Amino acid sequence: MIKGKAFKFGDNISTDHIAPGRLAHLRSDLPRLAEHVLEDADPTFAARVKAGDFVVAGGNFGLGSSREHAPLIIKMAGVSAVLAKSVARIFFRNAINLGLPVLICDTDKIDDGDELEVDLASGTINDKTNGQKLTFSPIPGVMLAILEAGGLMSYIKKYGGFKMGDA
Amino acid sequence: MGKTVAEKILKLKSGGDARAGDIVISAVDLVFVQDTTGPLTVREFEKSGLECLVNPQKTVFFLDHAAPSPNRQLSTDHILLRRFAREKGARLYDVGDGVCHQTVAEALAGPGDVVVGADSHTVTAGALGAFATGMGSSDVAVVMGLGKTWFRVPETIRVEVSGRFKEGVSAKDLILHLIGLIGADGATYKALEFGGAAVAGMSMSDRLTIANMAVEAGAKVGLFPADDVTRRYLEAQGRVGDYRPLAADEDAVYEKTISIDAGGLEPTVSRPHTVDNTATARELAGTKIQEVFIGTCTNGRLEDLAVAAGILKGKKHHPDTRLVVAPASRKVLLEAMAAGYIQTLVEAGAALVTPGCGACLGIHQGVLGDGEAALSTANRNFKGRMGNPEAFIYLASPATAAATAINGHITDPREVL
Ligand code: SF4
Repeated sequence: MIKGKAFKFGDNISTDHIAPGRLAHLRSDLPRLAEHVLEDADPTFAARVKAGDFVVAGGNFGLGSSREHAPLIIKMAGVSAVLAKSVARIFFRNAINLGLPVLICDTDKIDDGDELEVDLASGTINDKTNGQKLTFSPIPGVMLAILEAGGLMSYIKKYGGFKMGDA
Repeated sequence: MGKTVAEKILKLKSGGDARAGDIVISAVDLVFVQDTTGPLTVREFEKSGLECLVNPQKTVFFLDHAAPSPNRQLSTDHILLRRFAREKGARLYDVGDGVCHQTVAEALAGPGDVVVGADSHTVTAGALGAFATGMGSSDVAVVMGLGKTWFRVPETIRVEVSGRFKEGVSAKDLILHLIGLIGADGATYKALEFGGAAVAGMSMSDRLTIANMAVEAGAKVGLFPADDVTRRYLEAQGRVGDYRPLAADEDAVYEKTISIDAGGLEPTVSRPHTVDNTATARELAGTKIQEVFIGTCTNGRLEDLAVAAGILKGKKHHPDTRLVVAPASRKVLLEAMAAGYIQTLVEAGAALVTPGCGACLGIHQGVLGDGEAALSTANRNFKGRMGNPEAFIYLASPATAAATAINGHITDPREVL
């Protein structure tokens, strides 16, 4: 069970909002880059987010660039999962590769600041503030196997390559 | 049951049947990174226990995003990439050689290839009939070490283009129009496959512009058939041996088909801050612009500079509007010099910058001031993209860009032709 507070964002939050290109010089200094996470969507987010909290977004979260730094600094900021109505393809894959769960659900039912409990195993989200219970779409098989291994690098170390069996 | 272009390539490279929805493990023919995603890729690779590159000659490093580097941190990242490439025997294109996707098209990718790059606009090579897609640093590090990756075979949306562009209208207007129509997530996880009479007659430069922006609709790939245009293009690059014909089967199964009449299109502009927020140039006439940027992997090719030079010949940019030009590659720069386009553009008042990404991603060479608006031939206008979240970015074709530079406000190019 993961517990934390919801930080609400709108639709089409791009990787430029999350990890702006103008800060490319900080990409080899990740702790400093993480101080700017989601800066162009909410300049106060990095200072307010606490370990365990959730990024709760609208549609098409993470569109744009392939920069893995975007999910990486969200994870480094302590965020335990990203909840969104839909998520862009590369961001989805990158987040799972880093072991950051991305859960597709109806985020309209969650308000900014709500206290959430997420159960990854049963696929449920409990909004303790408004009492709503939500479910999220199952994570596709191959991605679940990567997530459960702790990310892509651990998966590759464990299996020595891609295994069709769990694909 | 027939196959789409995406299914055909993945069948060949995975050895499985590869129908939409299947998960396949595919061989990868070409893998590359650029200088803002490369350092993380190198670190992931070194951490992973993978020691050798499976195919060093098909593993490529590009120093193009911060080229020449504007600060010590990025210069130090360049050192890391040069060292790794040298140690592992990989290919490296250094500062001044140009944008990765342009070089991939000119020199590296071919029909039927699977191409994976740590850059979302890797889709550009779909113009050549390559299954080319962007991934993050971890995925790319694994491809460098294993020579393969996993894919979910995408469903395909067929885009059937008929008719002919009117004067002043081009491939950029078509792709902006399409994204306006289906939205920035209209093709998420899907393949876009382009075909029809207008595509058969379309130059490789135009095809590259369209494939490049497939990802702006969320697509995994933007695919074109490999045909006579492809063969002639590869021949001109001195590598006709890479040509093989490739087309979807007549009875291929599509998720849906979108039909567009090229003759009905108008010069189109994306407004801040999303690419699907489109309008016609005419509707936006009068919008003041402080910087016009012509270049990028979308529209920095010889044909694009030719269009801009044609409009700007003997004219000057508006005094309140600066004009920045970045050829997409060294080859483009050399050819544009030989053709006189660079002379024309510089005489018109353009600031010419190094082949590469330039102002596109907001690191340097054209960062916007607070409250300023740019009209760019690039592919993205997200808030902050050109280095300043307090600025505004409009996207358009090279013709609209050149016309706008002359008038100082958004201008339908047909007014100045
Ligand atoms: S020109 Fe712009 S979009 Fe193209 S690779 Fe460079 S930064 Fe990315």
